[in-house]
Amino acid sequence: MDENLLLDAIERYRSGQMDDAEKLFFEELRKNNADIDQAASEHSFFLDQLENLSEQKSFRQNLKGVENKLRSEGVFSENDGEPKSKVVYLWNRYRRTIAVAAAIAGLISFSTATVISKYSENKKAAVITPLVDNKLNQFEHKLNQIEHKLNDATAIPVKPKFEANFRATGFLVDGSGYIITNAHVVQNAKNIIVENKKGDQFSAQPIYSNTVTDLAILKITDTAFKKVNGLPYTFPKTTAELAEPIFTLGYPREEVVYGEGYLSAKSGYYGDTASYQISISVNPGNSGGPVIDKDGEVIGIISSKETNADGVVFAIKSKNIYTALKEIKKDKDITIKLPTVNSLKDLDRVKQIKKLEDFVFKVKGN
Amino acid sequence: MLTGLAANDTNAIETIYRENFATIRSFIIKNNGYPDDAYDIFQEAMIVLFEKAKSGSFNLSCQLQTYLYSICRRLWLKKLQKQNRYNPSIETIEEIVPVEDEMELHEKKDKDFLLMEGALKKIGEPCKSLLEAFYMEKKSMPEIASAFGYTNADNAKTQKYKCLVRLKKLFFAQYKNKE
Repeated sequence: MDENLLLDAIERYRSGQMDDAEKLFFEELRKNNADIDQAASEHSFFLDQLENLSEQKSFRQNLKGVENKLRSEGVFSENDGEPKSKVVYLWNRYRRTIAVAAAIAGLISFSTATVISKYSENKKAAVITPLVDNKLNQFEHKLNQIEHKLNDATAIPVKPKFEANFRATGFLVDGSGYIITNAHVVQNAKNIIVENKKGDQFSAQPIYSNTVTDLAILKITDTAFKKVNGLPYTFPKTTAELAEPIFTLGYPREEVVYGEGYLSAKSGYYGDTASYQISISVNPGNSGGPVIDKDGEVIGIISSKETNADGVVFAIKSKNIYTALKEIKKDKDITIKLPTVNSLKDLDRVKQIKKLEDFVFKVKGN
Repeated sequence: MLTGLAANDTNAIETIYRENFATIRSFIIKNNGYPDDAYDIFQEAMIVLFEKAKSGSFNLSCQLQTYLYSICRRLWLKKLQKQNRYNPSIETIEEIVPVEDEMELHEKKDKDFLLMEGALKKIGEPCKSLLEAFYMEKKSMPEIASAFGYTNADNAKTQKYKCLVRLKKLFFAQYKNKE
Protein backbone atom coordinates (compact mmCIF):
# COMPACT_ATOMS: atom_id res chain seq x y z
CA MET A 1 0.00 0.00 0.00
CA ASP A 2 2.91 2.31 0.83
CA GLU A 3 4.23 1.78 -2.62
CA ASN A 4 0.91 2.65 -4.17
CA LEU A 5 0.77 5.82 -2.15
CA LEU A 6 4.19 6.74 -3.39
CA LEU A 7 3.26 6.05 -7.00
CA ASP A 8 0.13 8.07 -6.55
CA ALA A 9 2.13 10.95 -5.11
CA ILE A 10 4.60 10.83 -7.96
CA GLU A 11 1.82 10.87 -10.51
CA ARG A 12 0.04 13.72 -8.86
CA TYR A 13 3.31 15.61 -8.60
CA ARG A 14 4.03 15.09 -12.27
CA SER A 15 0.64 16.20 -13.45
CA GLY A 16 0.64 19.21 -11.16
CA GLN A 17 -2.26 18.09 -8.99
CA MET A 18 -0.48 18.81 -5.72
CA ASP A 19 -0.95 22.02 -3.82
CA ASP A 20 2.11 24.04 -2.91
CA ALA A 21 2.49 22.72 0.62
CA GLU A 22 2.26 19.12 -0.46
CA LYS A 23 4.65 19.81 -3.33
CA LEU A 24 7.21 21.28 -0.99
CA PHE A 25 6.86 18.32 1.35
CA PHE A 26 7.30 15.87 -1.50
CA GLU A 27 10.37 17.64 -2.84
CA GLU A 28 11.88 17.65 0.65
CA LEU A 29 11.18 13.93 0.90
CA ARG A 30 12.95 13.24 -2.37
CA LYS A 31 15.96 15.27 -1.32
CA ASN A 32 16.32 13.43 1.97
CA ASN A 33 15.49 9.93 0.86
CA ALA A 34 17.55 8.52 -1.98
CA ASP A 35 15.27 5.50 -2.38
CA ILE A 36 12.23 7.65 -2.86
CA ASP A 37 14.09 9.91 -5.24
CA GLN A 38 15.26 6.93 -7.26
CA ALA A 39 11.76 5.50 -7.37
CA ALA A 40 10.34 8.86 -8.38
CA SER A 41 12.70 9.41 -11.30
CA GLU A 42 12.30 5.84 -12.41
CA HIS A 43 8.55 6.10 -12.35
CA SER A 44 8.71 9.45 -14.06
CA PHE A 45 10.76 7.99 -16.87
CA PHE A 46 8.41 5.08 -17.13
CA LEU A 47 5.39 7.31 -17.37
CA ASP A 48 7.17 9.32 -20.05
CA GLN A 49 7.57 6.17 -22.05
CA LEU A 50 3.95 5.24 -21.55
CA GLU A 51 2.77 8.67 -22.60
CA ASN A 52 5.10 8.62 -25.54
CA LEU A 53 3.53 5.37 -26.61
CA SER A 54 0.07 6.74 -26.36
CA GLU A 55 0.92 9.96 -28.18
CA GLN A 56 2.73 8.17 -30.95
CA LYS A 57 -0.12 5.73 -31.30
CA SER A 58 -2.69 8.42 -31.70
CA PHE A 59 -0.40 10.37 -34.01
CA ARG A 60 0.03 7.30 -36.16
CA GLN A 61 -3.69 6.82 -36.26
CA ASN A 62 -4.14 10.41 -37.27
CA LEU A 63 -1.50 10.07 -39.96
CA LYS A 64 -3.11 6.97 -41.35
CA GLY A 65 -6.42 8.76 -41.37
CA VAL A 66 -5.04 11.69 -43.33
CA GLU A 67 -3.26 9.36 -45.70
CA ASN A 68 -6.42 7.38 -46.37
CA LYS A 69 -8.42 10.52 -46.84
CA LEU A 70 -5.97 11.95 -49.34
CA ARG A 71 -5.69 8.63 -51.10
CA SER A 72 -9.42 8.29 -51.47
CA GLU A 73 -9.67 11.87 -52.66
CA GLY A 74 -7.08 10.96 -55.23
CA VAL A 75 -4.82 13.88 -54.42
CA PHE A 76 -1.73 11.92 -55.42
CA SER A 77 -3.40 9.79 -58.02
CA GLU A 78 -2.15 11.57 -61.15
CA ASN A 79 -0.10 8.49 -61.78
CA ASP A 80 -1.25 6.08 -59.16
CA GLY A 81 -2.65 2.76 -60.16
CA GLU A 82 -3.47 3.58 -63.75
CA PRO A 83 -2.18 0.94 -66.10
CA LYS A 84 -0.42 3.42 -68.33
CA SER A 85 1.47 5.00 -65.52
CA LYS A 86 2.24 1.62 -64.03
CA VAL A 87 4.35 1.01 -67.07
CA VAL A 88 6.03 4.37 -66.62
CA TYR A 89 6.67 3.53 -63.02
CA LEU A 90 7.97 0.08 -63.83
CA TRP A 91 10.14 1.64 -66.47
CA ASN A 92 11.56 4.06 -63.94
CA ARG A 93 12.10 1.30 -61.49
CA TYR A 94 13.87 -1.04 -63.81
CA ARG A 95 15.37 1.25 -66.37
CA ARG A 96 18.91 0.58 -65.29
CA THR A 97 18.38 -3.16 -65.39
CA ILE A 98 16.65 -2.83 -68.72
CA ALA A 99 19.50 -0.80 -70.12
CA VAL A 100 22.04 -3.35 -69.00
CA ALA A 101 19.95 -6.24 -70.27
CA ALA A 102 19.52 -4.53 -73.62
CA ALA A 103 23.23 -3.95 -73.87
CA ILE A 104 23.96 -7.58 -73.08
CA ALA A 105 21.32 -8.80 -75.50
CA GLY A 106 22.85 -6.61 -78.16
CA LEU A 107 26.29 -7.96 -77.52
CA ILE A 108 25.17 -11.55 -77.52
CA SER A 109 23.24 -11.28 -80.74
CA PHE A 110 26.18 -9.51 -82.28
CA SER A 111 28.73 -12.09 -81.24
CA THR A 112 26.43 -15.00 -82.02
CA ALA A 113 25.85 -13.60 -85.44
CA THR A 114 29.54 -13.39 -86.21
CA VAL A 115 30.44 -16.71 -84.71
CA ILE A 116 27.54 -18.62 -86.16
CA SER A 117 28.55 -17.60 -89.62
CA LYS A 118 31.90 -19.10 -88.84
CA TYR A 119 30.79 -22.29 -87.16
CA SER A 120 27.40 -22.69 -88.65
CA GLU A 121 27.32 -26.42 -87.98
CA ASN A 122 28.05 -26.12 -84.31
CA LYS A 123 25.90 -23.75 -82.32
CA LYS A 124 27.80 -24.61 -79.17
CA ALA A 125 30.74 -22.70 -80.45
CA ALA A 126 28.88 -19.40 -80.00
CA VAL A 127 30.89 -17.74 -77.26
CA ILE A 128 33.14 -20.63 -76.48
CA THR A 129 36.43 -21.56 -77.96
CA PRO A 130 37.13 -25.04 -79.19
CA LEU A 131 40.43 -26.03 -77.73
CA VAL A 132 42.17 -27.09 -80.92
CA ASP A 133 45.51 -25.56 -81.60
CA ASN A 134 45.35 -24.34 -85.17
CA LYS A 135 48.49 -22.30 -85.00
CA LEU A 136 51.01 -25.04 -84.78
CA ASN A 137 54.46 -23.87 -84.13
CA GLN A 138 56.15 -24.48 -87.43
CA PHE A 139 59.57 -24.70 -85.90
CA GLU A 140 58.51 -27.15 -83.27
CA HIS A 141 56.87 -29.23 -85.94
CA LYS A 142 59.90 -29.26 -88.23
CA LEU A 143 62.13 -30.20 -85.37
CA ASN A 144 59.86 -33.04 -84.57
CA GLN A 145 59.92 -34.29 -88.12
CA ILE A 146 63.69 -34.24 -88.21
CA GLU A 147 63.84 -36.05 -84.95
CA HIS A 148 61.60 -38.69 -86.39
CA LYS A 149 63.67 -39.04 -89.51
CA LEU A 150 66.81 -39.46 -87.47
CA ASN A 151 65.87 -41.86 -84.80
CA ASP A 152 62.66 -43.53 -85.80
CA ALA A 153 63.73 -47.09 -86.10
CA THR A 154 60.22 -48.44 -86.00
CA ALA A 155 58.62 -49.74 -89.13
CA ILE A 156 56.03 -47.01 -89.09
CA PRO A 157 56.03 -45.25 -92.38
CA VAL A 158 56.98 -41.68 -91.65
CA LYS A 159 54.87 -39.20 -93.52
CA PRO A 160 57.32 -36.43 -94.17
CA LYS A 161 55.05 -34.41 -96.39
CA PHE A 162 52.33 -34.30 -93.82
CA GLU A 163 51.68 -30.74 -92.63
CA ALA A 164 49.23 -30.63 -89.74
CA ASN A 165 47.05 -27.56 -89.31
CA PHE A 166 45.43 -28.55 -86.05
CA ARG A 167 46.41 -30.35 -82.91
CA ALA A 168 44.31 -31.73 -80.12
CA THR A 169 44.17 -34.60 -77.66
CA GLY A 170 42.51 -37.99 -77.67
CA PHE A 171 42.75 -41.14 -75.63
CA LEU A 172 42.14 -44.83 -76.07
CA VAL A 173 38.78 -46.23 -75.08
CA ASP A 174 39.54 -49.68 -76.45
CA GLY A 175 43.01 -51.19 -76.72
CA SER A 176 42.33 -52.47 -80.23
CA GLY A 177 42.74 -48.93 -81.52
CA TYR A 178 39.71 -46.77 -80.75
CA ILE A 179 40.44 -43.25 -79.68
CA ILE A 180 37.93 -40.75 -78.39
CA THR A 181 38.25 -37.04 -79.07
CA ASN A 182 36.00 -34.07 -79.89
CA ALA A 183 33.86 -33.89 -83.00
CA HIS A 184 34.97 -30.32 -83.59
CA VAL A 185 38.58 -31.50 -83.74
CA VAL A 186 38.14 -33.82 -86.68
CA GLN A 187 35.08 -32.46 -88.36
CA ASN A 188 36.83 -30.85 -91.33
CA ALA A 189 39.93 -32.98 -91.37
CA LYS A 190 40.96 -34.84 -94.49
CA ASN A 191 43.84 -36.71 -92.88
CA ILE A 192 44.17 -37.57 -89.23
CA ILE A 193 47.24 -38.76 -87.46
CA VAL A 194 47.48 -39.81 -83.84
CA GLU A 195 50.76 -39.80 -82.05
CA ASN A 196 51.68 -41.41 -78.77
CA LYS A 197 54.11 -40.22 -76.15
CA LYS A 198 57.04 -41.93 -77.81
CA GLY A 199 56.32 -40.09 -81.03
CA ASP A 200 54.96 -43.08 -82.93
CA GLN A 201 52.48 -41.82 -85.48
CA PHE A 202 49.55 -43.74 -86.80
CA SER A 203 46.94 -42.72 -89.30
CA ALA A 204 43.37 -42.86 -88.11
CA GLN A 205 39.84 -42.54 -89.48
CA PRO A 206 36.78 -41.19 -87.75
CA ILE A 207 34.11 -43.85 -87.43
CA TYR A 208 31.74 -41.69 -85.43
CA SER A 209 31.26 -37.97 -85.07
CA ASN A 210 28.40 -36.23 -83.31
CA THR A 211 28.44 -32.46 -83.41
CA VAL A 212 25.66 -32.22 -80.82
CA THR A 213 27.51 -34.04 -78.06
CA ASP A 214 30.84 -32.99 -79.62
CA LEU A 215 32.19 -36.51 -79.40
CA ALA A 216 34.12 -38.34 -82.10
CA ILE A 217 35.65 -41.78 -82.13
CA LEU A 218 38.63 -42.56 -84.31
CA LYS A 219 39.87 -45.96 -85.39
CA ILE A 220 43.59 -46.35 -85.84
CA THR A 221 43.83 -47.81 -89.32
CA ASP A 222 47.58 -48.08 -89.45
CA THR A 223 48.75 -51.65 -89.74
CA ALA A 224 51.75 -50.78 -87.62
CA PHE A 225 49.55 -50.30 -84.63
CA LYS A 226 49.49 -53.22 -82.28
CA LYS A 227 46.69 -53.88 -79.90
CA VAL A 228 47.47 -52.62 -76.41
CA ASN A 229 46.18 -54.11 -73.22
CA GLY A 230 45.58 -52.84 -69.76
CA LEU A 231 43.81 -49.52 -70.20
CA PRO A 232 44.10 -48.30 -66.60
CA TYR A 233 40.95 -46.15 -66.37
CA THR A 234 37.24 -46.79 -66.30
CA PHE A 235 34.22 -44.72 -67.32
CA PRO A 236 31.52 -44.08 -64.70
CA LYS A 237 27.91 -43.78 -65.80
CA THR A 238 27.03 -41.64 -62.81
CA THR A 239 27.44 -37.91 -62.43
CA ALA A 240 30.49 -36.72 -60.56
CA GLU A 241 30.19 -34.51 -57.49
CA LEU A 242 30.82 -30.80 -57.14
CA ALA A 243 34.27 -29.82 -55.98
CA GLU A 244 35.77 -33.17 -56.87
CA PRO A 245 39.43 -32.74 -57.66
CA ILE A 246 40.23 -33.63 -61.27
CA PHE A 247 43.21 -33.67 -63.57
CA THR A 248 43.92 -33.97 -67.24
CA LEU A 249 46.66 -34.85 -69.67
CA GLY A 250 46.83 -33.22 -73.04
CA TYR A 251 48.85 -31.78 -75.86
CA PRO A 252 48.65 -28.01 -75.81
CA ARG A 253 52.33 -28.31 -76.78
CA GLU A 254 54.28 -30.95 -78.61
CA GLU A 255 54.98 -32.46 -75.23
CA VAL A 256 52.34 -33.94 -72.99
CA VAL A 257 51.11 -31.50 -70.32
CA TYR A 258 49.53 -32.26 -66.97
CA GLY A 259 46.93 -29.96 -65.41
CA GLU A 260 44.70 -30.17 -62.37
CA GLY A 261 41.55 -28.46 -61.12
CA TYR A 262 38.13 -29.19 -59.73
CA LEU A 263 34.58 -29.76 -60.82
CA SER A 264 32.80 -26.41 -60.53
CA ALA A 265 29.30 -27.15 -61.86
CA LYS A 266 27.25 -30.16 -62.85
CA SER A 267 26.11 -28.50 -66.03
CA GLY A 268 27.93 -26.88 -68.88
CA TYR A 269 27.47 -23.94 -71.18
CA TYR A 270 23.99 -22.44 -70.77
CA GLY A 271 22.94 -25.20 -68.39
CA ASP A 272 23.83 -27.98 -70.83
CA THR A 273 23.30 -31.08 -68.70
CA ALA A 274 25.39 -33.24 -71.00
CA SER A 275 28.53 -31.56 -69.76
CA TYR A 276 30.28 -30.29 -66.66
CA GLN A 277 31.89 -27.01 -65.92
CA ILE A 278 35.36 -27.51 -64.58
CA SER A 279 37.97 -25.14 -63.37
CA ILE A 280 41.33 -26.02 -64.82
CA SER A 281 43.98 -24.31 -66.84
CA VAL A 282 43.77 -25.47 -70.44
CA ASN A 283 44.92 -24.19 -73.77
CA PRO A 284 44.21 -24.87 -77.40
CA GLY A 285 45.31 -28.44 -77.90
CA ASN A 286 43.73 -29.76 -74.70
CA SER A 287 40.48 -30.50 -76.53
CA GLY A 288 39.58 -34.16 -76.35
CA GLY A 289 41.69 -34.79 -73.27
CA PRO A 290 40.37 -37.00 -70.46
CA VAL A 291 39.03 -35.44 -67.24
CA ILE A 292 40.01 -37.89 -64.54
CA ASP A 293 39.07 -37.95 -60.88
CA LYS A 294 41.40 -38.97 -58.05
CA ASP A 295 40.42 -42.64 -58.34
CA GLY A 296 41.36 -42.77 -61.99
CA GLU A 297 37.87 -42.67 -63.39
CA VAL A 298 37.37 -40.71 -66.57
CA ILE A 299 34.42 -38.48 -65.72
CA GLY A 300 34.54 -36.42 -68.89
CA ILE A 301 36.23 -35.19 -72.03
CA ILE A 302 37.46 -31.61 -72.30
CA SER A 303 35.69 -29.81 -75.08
CA SER A 304 35.78 -26.04 -74.85
CA LYS A 305 36.30 -23.04 -72.66
CA GLU A 306 34.49 -19.77 -72.31
CA THR A 307 36.29 -17.11 -74.29
CA ASN A 308 35.81 -14.17 -71.99
CA ALA A 309 36.06 -15.86 -68.63
CA ASP A 310 39.11 -17.33 -67.01
CA GLY A 311 39.17 -20.95 -65.91
CA VAL A 312 35.68 -21.76 -67.17
CA VAL A 313 36.10 -24.99 -69.07
CA PHE A 314 33.45 -27.41 -70.25
CA ALA A 315 33.80 -31.16 -70.36
CA ILE A 316 31.43 -33.69 -71.87
CA LYS A 317 30.15 -36.16 -69.29
CA SER A 318 31.51 -39.62 -69.85
CA LYS A 319 28.09 -41.25 -69.85
CA ASN A 320 27.70 -39.76 -73.33
CA ILE A 321 30.38 -42.20 -74.44
CA TYR A 322 28.05 -45.08 -73.71
CA THR A 323 25.42 -43.53 -75.95
CA ALA A 324 27.99 -43.05 -78.67
CA LEU A 325 29.07 -46.67 -78.46
CA LYS A 326 25.49 -47.83 -78.75
CA GLU A 327 25.02 -45.76 -81.88
CA ILE A 328 28.22 -47.14 -83.38
CA LYS A 329 27.07 -50.67 -82.65
CA LYS A 330 23.74 -49.96 -84.29
CA ASP A 331 25.01 -48.09 -87.35
CA LYS A 332 28.30 -49.78 -88.09
CA ASP A 333 28.02 -53.02 -86.18
CA ILE A 334 31.31 -52.35 -84.47
CA THR A 335 31.60 -53.36 -80.84
CA ILE A 336 33.86 -51.22 -78.74
CA LYS A 337 34.66 -52.59 -75.34
CA LEU A 338 35.36 -50.05 -72.64
CA PRO A 339 37.90 -51.07 -70.01
CA THR A 340 36.35 -52.49 -66.87
CA VAL A 341 39.31 -52.68 -64.54
CA ASN A 342 40.64 -49.58 -62.88
CA SER A 343 44.30 -49.88 -61.99
CA LEU A 344 44.83 -46.21 -61.05
CA LYS A 345 42.99 -46.29 -57.77
CA ASP A 346 45.07 -45.72 -54.64
CA LEU A 347 48.17 -44.79 -56.62
CA ASP A 348 49.86 -41.49 -56.06
CA ARG A 349 49.48 -38.94 -58.81
CA VAL A 350 52.95 -39.39 -60.34
CA LYS A 351 52.43 -43.12 -60.70
CA GLN A 352 48.93 -42.55 -62.08
CA ILE A 353 50.33 -40.27 -64.76
CA LYS A 354 53.10 -42.73 -65.63
CA LYS A 355 50.48 -45.39 -66.23
CA LEU A 356 48.21 -43.04 -68.13
CA GLU A 357 50.63 -41.34 -70.48
CA ASP A 358 50.83 -44.23 -72.90
CA PHE A 359 47.13 -44.10 -73.59
CA VAL A 360 46.75 -40.39 -74.24
CA PHE A 361 47.41 -39.42 -77.84
CA LYS A 362 48.10 -36.30 -79.79
CA VAL A 363 45.57 -35.91 -82.56
CA LYS A 364 46.79 -33.98 -85.59
CA GLY A 365 45.51 -33.48 -89.04
CA ASN A 366 44.83 -31.30 -91.98
CA MET B 1 2.38 24.45 -38.34
CA LEU B 2 4.92 22.55 -36.26
CA THR B 3 3.04 23.47 -33.12
CA GLY B 4 -0.05 22.07 -34.74
CA LEU B 5 1.85 18.93 -35.57
CA ALA B 6 3.08 18.58 -32.00
CA ALA B 7 -0.51 18.84 -30.83
CA ASN B 8 -1.46 16.05 -33.20
CA ASP B 9 -3.60 18.39 -35.24
CA THR B 10 -5.17 16.72 -38.25
CA ASN B 11 -5.19 19.88 -40.35
CA ALA B 12 -1.46 20.45 -39.85
CA ILE B 13 -0.75 16.86 -40.84
CA GLU B 14 -2.89 17.16 -43.91
CA THR B 15 -1.16 20.35 -45.06
CA ILE B 16 2.28 18.83 -44.67
CA TYR B 17 1.11 15.79 -46.59
CA ARG B 18 -0.32 17.80 -49.45
CA GLU B 19 2.75 19.96 -49.80
CA ASN B 20 5.47 17.36 -49.52
CA PHE B 21 4.34 13.89 -50.30
CA ALA B 22 4.61 14.09 -54.10
CA THR B 23 8.31 14.98 -53.98
CA ILE B 24 9.08 12.13 -51.62
CA ARG B 25 7.10 9.70 -53.68
CA SER B 26 8.90 10.53 -56.88
CA PHE B 27 12.20 10.19 -55.04
CA ILE B 28 11.32 6.72 -53.75
CA ILE B 29 10.06 5.50 -57.10
CA LYS B 30 13.12 6.80 -58.90
CA ASN B 31 15.21 4.87 -56.43
CA ASN B 32 13.89 1.38 -56.71
CA GLY B 33 10.76 1.69 -54.59
CA TYR B 34 7.06 1.05 -54.97
CA PRO B 35 4.43 3.73 -54.27
CA ASP B 36 3.53 1.90 -51.05
CA ASP B 37 7.11 2.22 -49.87
CA ALA B 38 6.70 5.97 -50.24
CA TYR B 39 3.69 5.97 -47.89
CA ASP B 40 5.59 3.96 -45.30
CA ILE B 41 8.68 6.12 -45.48
CA PHE B 42 6.72 9.34 -45.38
CA GLN B 43 4.79 8.16 -42.37
CA GLU B 44 7.97 7.35 -40.52
CA ALA B 45 9.46 10.71 -41.44
CA MET B 46 6.33 12.37 -40.09
CA ILE B 47 6.83 10.56 -36.79
CA VAL B 48 10.40 11.85 -36.65
CA LEU B 49 9.08 15.33 -37.29
CA PHE B 50 6.37 14.87 -34.67
CA GLU B 51 8.84 13.82 -32.01
CA LYS B 52 11.09 16.68 -32.92
CA ALA B 53 8.25 19.20 -32.79
CA LYS B 54 7.05 17.80 -29.46
CA SER B 55 10.48 18.15 -27.87
CA GLY B 56 10.09 21.92 -28.21
CA SER B 57 13.78 22.44 -28.92
CA PHE B 58 13.23 22.31 -32.62
CA ASN B 59 14.29 25.17 -34.80
CA LEU B 60 13.92 24.47 -38.44
CA SER B 61 16.99 25.97 -40.07
CA CYS B 62 15.89 25.08 -43.56
CA GLN B 63 12.71 24.61 -45.50
CA LEU B 64 10.40 21.95 -44.18
CA GLN B 65 10.50 20.28 -47.58
CA THR B 66 14.30 19.98 -47.49
CA TYR B 67 14.18 18.64 -43.97
CA LEU B 68 11.59 16.01 -44.80
CA TYR B 69 13.41 15.07 -47.96
CA SER B 70 16.64 14.57 -46.03
CA ILE B 71 14.97 12.36 -43.48
CA CYS B 72 13.14 10.31 -46.06
CA ARG B 73 16.34 9.86 -47.99
CA ARG B 74 18.11 8.49 -44.92
CA LEU B 75 15.22 6.24 -44.00
CA TRP B 76 14.99 4.89 -47.51
CA LEU B 77 18.72 4.27 -47.78
CA LYS B 78 18.55 2.35 -44.56
CA LYS B 79 15.66 0.27 -45.74
CA LEU B 80 17.41 -0.55 -48.98
CA GLN B 81 20.51 -1.58 -47.10
CA LYS B 82 18.49 -3.80 -44.83
CA GLN B 83 16.92 -5.53 -47.81
CA ASN B 84 20.32 -5.85 -49.45
CA ARG B 85 19.32 -3.92 -52.46
CA TYR B 86 21.44 -0.93 -51.72
CA ASN B 87 21.54 1.34 -54.69
CA PRO B 88 24.79 3.28 -54.64
CA SER B 89 23.65 5.67 -57.32
CA ILE B 90 20.78 6.97 -55.21
CA GLU B 91 19.70 10.26 -56.70
CA THR B 92 20.48 13.42 -54.83
CA ILE B 93 19.66 16.32 -57.06
CA GLU B 94 17.74 17.89 -54.20
CA GLU B 95 19.38 19.87 -51.47
CA ILE B 96 19.86 17.88 -48.26
CA VAL B 97 20.65 18.77 -44.67
CA PRO B 98 22.38 16.56 -42.11
CA VAL B 99 19.85 14.61 -40.06
CA GLU B 100 22.14 12.24 -38.16
CA ASP B 101 20.97 13.36 -34.70
CA GLU B 102 17.34 12.99 -35.62
CA MET B 103 17.90 9.52 -36.95
CA GLU B 104 19.70 8.44 -33.83
CA LEU B 105 17.04 9.84 -31.57
CA HIS B 106 14.34 8.33 -33.70
CA GLU B 107 15.90 4.91 -33.57
CA LYS B 108 16.15 5.04 -29.81
CA LYS B 109 12.57 6.21 -29.45
CA ASP B 110 11.40 3.62 -31.86
CA LYS B 111 13.07 0.94 -29.78
CA ASP B 112 11.50 2.23 -26.59
CA PHE B 113 8.18 2.42 -28.33
CA LEU B 114 8.38 -1.21 -29.37
CA LEU B 115 9.56 -2.22 -25.90
CA MET B 116 6.61 -0.57 -24.22
CA GLU B 117 4.21 -1.92 -26.78
CA GLY B 118 5.61 -5.40 -26.26
CA ALA B 119 5.42 -5.12 -22.48
CA LEU B 120 1.81 -3.96 -22.70
CA LYS B 121 0.93 -6.92 -24.84
CA LYS B 122 2.58 -9.27 -22.37
CA ILE B 123 0.74 -8.21 -19.22
CA GLY B 124 -2.53 -9.33 -20.76
CA GLU B 125 -6.12 -8.37 -19.95
CA PRO B 126 -7.70 -6.71 -18.07
CA CYS B 127 -4.44 -4.96 -17.11
CA LYS B 128 -3.73 -3.76 -20.62
CA SER B 129 -7.13 -2.13 -21.14
CA LEU B 130 -7.15 -0.76 -17.65
CA LEU B 131 -3.79 0.97 -18.05
CA GLU B 132 -4.63 2.19 -21.51
CA ALA B 133 -7.87 3.66 -20.29
CA PHE B 134 -6.15 5.54 -17.51
CA TYR B 135 -2.82 6.58 -19.00
CA MET B 136 -3.67 6.92 -22.66
CA GLU B 137 -7.33 7.70 -22.89
CA LYS B 138 -7.01 9.69 -19.65
CA LYS B 139 -10.27 8.44 -18.24
CA SER B 140 -11.11 9.18 -14.64
CA MET B 141 -11.03 6.50 -11.98
CA PRO B 142 -14.82 6.40 -11.40
CA GLU B 143 -15.37 6.04 -15.15
CA ILE B 144 -12.93 3.17 -15.29
CA ALA B 145 -14.47 1.53 -12.25
CA SER B 146 -17.88 1.37 -13.88
CA ALA B 147 -16.55 0.37 -17.30
CA PHE B 148 -14.50 -2.50 -15.89
CA GLY B 149 -17.05 -3.52 -13.26
CA TYR B 150 -15.16 -2.62 -10.08
CA THR B 151 -17.28 -1.84 -7.06
CA ASN B 152 -15.70 1.57 -6.54
CA ALA B 153 -12.97 3.88 -7.78
CA ASP B 154 -10.59 2.93 -4.98
CA ASN B 155 -10.81 -0.71 -5.94
CA ALA B 156 -10.06 0.19 -9.54
CA LYS B 157 -7.16 2.28 -8.40
CA THR B 158 -5.60 -0.56 -6.40
CA GLN B 159 -6.02 -2.84 -9.37
CA LYS B 160 -4.49 -0.25 -11.64
CA TYR B 161 -1.40 0.04 -9.43
CA LYS B 162 -0.98 -3.70 -9.35
CA CYS B 163 -1.03 -3.73 -13.14
CA LEU B 164 1.31 -0.78 -13.33
CA VAL B 165 3.90 -2.44 -11.13
CA ARG B 166 3.78 -5.54 -13.29
CA LEU B 167 4.15 -3.53 -16.46
CA LYS B 168 7.04 -1.63 -14.99
CA LYS B 169 8.81 -4.83 -14.08
CA LEU B 170 8.38 -6.19 -17.58
CA PHE B 171 9.45 -2.98 -19.22
CA PHE B 172 12.54 -2.39 -17.13
CA ALA B 173 13.65 -6.00 -17.33
CA GLN B 174 13.79 -5.72 -21.10
CA TYR B 175 15.00 -2.17 -21.05
CA LYS B 176 18.02 -3.11 -19.01
CA ASN B 177 18.67 -6.07 -21.25
CA LYS B 178 18.83 -3.83 -24.24
CA GLU B 179 21.14 -1.30 -22.65
